[in-house]
Amino acid sequence: MPVPDDAELVYEARDLTKVYHMGEVSVHALRGVDIQLYESELIVLLGHSGSGKSTLLNILGGLDVPSSGEVFYRSQKMSDFSESELTRYRREHVGFVFQFYNLIPSLTARENVALVTEIANDPMKPEDALALVDLEERMDHFPSQMSGGEQQRVAIARAIAKQPDVLLCDEPTGALDLETGIKVLEAIDNVNKELGTTTAVITHNSVISAMAHRVIRLHDGQIGSVEENDTVITAKELNW
Amino acid sequence: MRALNRKLFRDLFHMRGQAIAIAAVIACGIAVFIGAQSTLWSLKSARETYYERYRFSEVFSTLKRAPNAITDRIADIPGVAKVQDRIIKGVTLDVPGLLEPAVGKLISYPDRGEPVLNDIHLLMGRLPDPLRTGEVLAEEAFVSENGFQPGDKIEGVMNGRLQTLTIVGVGMSPEYVTTIQPGGMWPDDKRFGIFWMPRRQMEAAFEMEGAFNDIALSLLPGANEKEVIRRLDRILAPYGSLGAFARDLHISDRFVSDELKQLQIMSLIPPSIFLSVAAFLLNVALRRLLTLQREQIAALKAFGYSNREIGFHYAGLIGLIIAGGSIMGCILGSYMGRSMTSMYDEFYRFPTTLFRVDIRIMLVGVGLSFLSGMIGVFAAVRSAIRIPPAEAMRPEPPPNYEPSLIERLGWHKILSQVPRMILRELTRRPAKAAMTTLGIAFACAILIVGNFGKDAVMYMIDFQYGLQERQDATVTFYEAVPSRALSSLKHVEGVGTVEPFRSVPVRLRYGQFSRQTAIQGLGEQRDLFRLLDSEALEVPLPSEGLVLSAALAKILHIHTGDTVTIEVLEGERPTRKSSVVGLVDDFAGTAAYMDLRALNHLMREPPVVSGARITIESGRDDAVFRELKETPVVAGVTLQRVAVEGFMESFAENLLRMRMFNVTFACVIAVGVVYNSARVALSERGRELATLRVIGFTRGEVSSILLGELAFLTCCAIPVGFAIGYGLCLFISTALETELYRIPLVVNPSTFSFAAIVISLAALFSGLMVRRGVDHLDMVAVLKSRE
Ligand SMILES: Nc1ncnc2c1ncn2[C@@H]1O[C@H](COP(=O)(O)OP(=O)(O)OP(=O)(O)O)[C@@H](O)[C@H]1O
Ligand SMILES: [Mg+2]
Repeated sequence: MPVPDDAELVYEARDLTKVYHMGEVSVHALRGVDIQLYESELIVLLGHSGSGKSTLLNILGGLDVPSSGEVFYRSQKMSDFSESELTRYRREHVGFVFQFYNLIPSLTARENVALVTEIANDPMKPEDALALVDLEERMDHFPSQMSGGEQQRVAIARAIAKQPDVLLCDEPTGALDLETGIKVLEAIDNVNKELGTTTAVITHNSVISAMAHRVIRLHDGQIGSVEENDTVITAKELNW
Repeated sequence: MRALNRKLFRDLFHMRGQAIAIAAVIACGIAVFIGAQSTLWSLKSARETYYERYRFSEVFSTLKRAPNAITDRIADIPGVAKVQDRIIKGVTLDVPGLLEPAVGKLISYPDRGEPVLNDIHLLMGRLPDPLRTGEVLAEEAFVSENGFQPGDKIEGVMNGRLQTLTIVGVGMSPEYVTTIQPGGMWPDDKRFGIFWMPRRQMEAAFEMEGAFNDIALSLLPGANEKEVIRRLDRILAPYGSLGAFARDLHISDRFVSDELKQLQIMSLIPPSIFLSVAAFLLNVALRRLLTLQREQIAALKAFGYSNREIGFHYAGLIGLIIAGGSIMGCILGSYMGRSMTSMYDEFYRFPTTLFRVDIRIMLVGVGLSFLSGMIGVFAAVRSAIRIPPAEAMRPEPPPNYEPSLIERLGWHKILSQVPRMILRELTRRPAKAAMTTLGIAFACAILIVGNFGKDAVMYMIDFQYGLQERQDATVTFYEAVPSRALSSLKHVEGVGTVEPFRSVPVRLRYGQFSRQTAIQGLGEQRDLFRLLDSEALEVPLPSEGLVLSAALAKILHIHTGDTVTIEVLEGERPTRKSSVVGLVDDFAGTAAYMDLRALNHLMREPPVVSGARITIESGRDDAVFRELKETPVVAGVTLQRVAVEGFMESFAENLLRMRMFNVTFACVIAVGVVYNSARVALSERGRELATLRVIGFTRGEVSSILLGELAFLTCCAIPVGFAIGYGLCLFISTALETELYRIPLVVNPSTFSFAAIVISLAALFSGLMVRRGVDHLDMVAVLKSRE
């Protein structure tokens, strides 16, 4: 399914670079990346370890700032955002799902979700968000009482509960087995389809690309290739 | 409740052990601050209202005898508000049940109306009737010490005549908040009492009609006190004035002021120690928590929580700990203050001691602890929330271990694996190890400072009454008598050695500095009273010249070899000069000494003496005292040593209470520091220790890695604590130095060993509490989880 011509641009990045200085050595994590993300599309970011995927996603999500280049979010120049503007941007627009879940261990599933809905503009009820990921039963459990897949689903519920404009997922299935991985991807897929949330998913698993509208490959800090999928399949149909 | 607040309370609950330990340290700091400060303010305000309501005078002067008409001239001195002339005389009393004669001070009370100044607070009975002979109002301390009731009678020798005094009432006066006999160092309420007698009765008994021998003034606001004193001295000089002085030299007020000064220091030093230690502990605990929650912070930021919100979150956690400590501290502090005030109530007599914890003091105490706590954690919180969220998502790089210095020197070969690990851990973070050591050291120092007061006072008493003054009693005569009179004293059955002395009231002047004191002339034979310096070495008394107490020399800014002007304040009141031939570095008072013959010569008088120190054969006290009571020239017999023993007895109980407080405080600090360090170490190194358990180390070996470090630090801390404690004692003894006392810097070995033992036990106890955690290390869980 190609991107419709009239689709609105959500992100536009031009000539992004990111250099990490560690003493004498500098690591070039991104070396001139141009990328566009459109309204309601689901993209998959592929690439070798160290190719700069997380760095790119972090910059898009306002967790990090590029060393040079420009990023626009709906025609606002993010590279000009102050610290507090970035915070507000994350608070109002972005949902994150991390590879290692990053749940707050001292809070139950429901409270982990509430942590985000309490500061959002137009959130769902935490219970509803957890229902979307099939976790109504485990609402009052602490992270330590849940399996990895369940924790990751809580993390997704937490990310979508605020009804974000964009959902950024860094290896959401990295630590999960096949079946659980699919459940997690289904949840992400649902959000993209039903709420029309622009979604970016980082993965090492190229099978997952089948559910994306577009697949972007990073290679050594640069865009290697961009493919558009003609047909998009649902997470359930994925076949490892 | 908001989810973030829920996290706060759960985190707090999770670290409750540490939180309680730290809160306890804060509580102690606030408690001492509130206790001491509110006692201070209660005493201050009690004193102030007392002085004001009963019109305590501001300038005092004693003279021989002046006609009443002179008071008009005194009232005309610019700056003088009110004038109260009085007759004050001594009386020797025969108190039933007391072998030795007691000394009374009779003060005239106006026949009509109240005294203009220095009014009396009537506690019991009534005022004496001016028309009835022998009726007196007695001061409360003497009455209660001796168990008198209104209506009781005492025999006394007044002006050489035996008279019966009837106590018709009991009262107290702002002039005698404490009663100290002239020349004494300690209150001796059993043997020294104050009495008020109607003026006309005093006039009759002492042949003082139309005259007075003591005057008290109050001043107008803004009056020039020095100038008033100068003019007063000029008016009264022809009448045998001993020199006027202001309130700051009034002995009762002095005693109270010195005590308040001591309280002020006490309210500041220990609390600053407690609050600094608490700030350090909060810092360590929070740093660990922030490291553990690095990724949680990053996640919160990723969701859009601002730096400020996250900062407040952690500040809130710390705030709760401090608030807990503050509440405990306020409760404990009120209790402490109450018990301290009641202790002072026994020593100082105020009509009302309204103990009240001022809310402002509480607020200041709580404010200070919040301030110090927040300063302690500010940098840690700021740097933690400043990490960019993307950065925080990456686990912290593993700590950097280096071969320690000792290893580089090659000494490690003699160490086995466990001490080697301890050594590396210590050298990896020397600042933290040093702060931990310092924290424990302060606990040790608190114990030393706590015992210092007792050590010093005991030393002073031993010094004064064991080494310096060895007489059984000091006999003073009404006036100087020819030395021949001593032979009658020697012939009293039971009297052993007799050492005479001559005491001349003088004002010493050197340049612009002057001080009223007395020169003591001492005989050649000085076994009962030896001139000793603070090292207990005998100071020679040359046949010419003055030996001054070092404190007096300091007041006069005079040095050995200088010549001092002596204005004699009795008899013809001549002015003489003498050179200062030596200084004696003593502990109390502002004394001046001279050879007895040289003093007689200086005074151009025949050999006369003012009194004598005597020893009494054991078992003969009864007979000796009975005879002395009936000897007309004897104005009084003082038994300072007995007085001090009595004083110390009532003091011992309070000392014990203070010591209990101190031990508690020190233990709270020691346990707080050791327990916290051990908990943090356990959390930091849980994985490492669990791994060791997995590969076959025993529980004992694993705990010895963790606790060995703390045992080592505790051992280092004790000598450091000795040094800090000694330093604090030095500071306190300097800060509390007054004219009445110089506090000797003596810390007994037993104080050091007591401190060492308490600290070791406290450390052991907290180590054992954490060892339980080591024993329950969950090997599986620790290895599975990602750090
Ligand atoms: N904070 C940092 N400091 C130094 N170097 C960094 C930092 N973050 C990333 N890098 C380096 O930048 C490069 C890109 O890192 P990035 O995390 O974006 O890779 P990635 O594609 O997400 O890899 P992976 O699939 O392993 O997660 C790597 O070489 C990494 O070592
Ligand atoms: Mg990555």
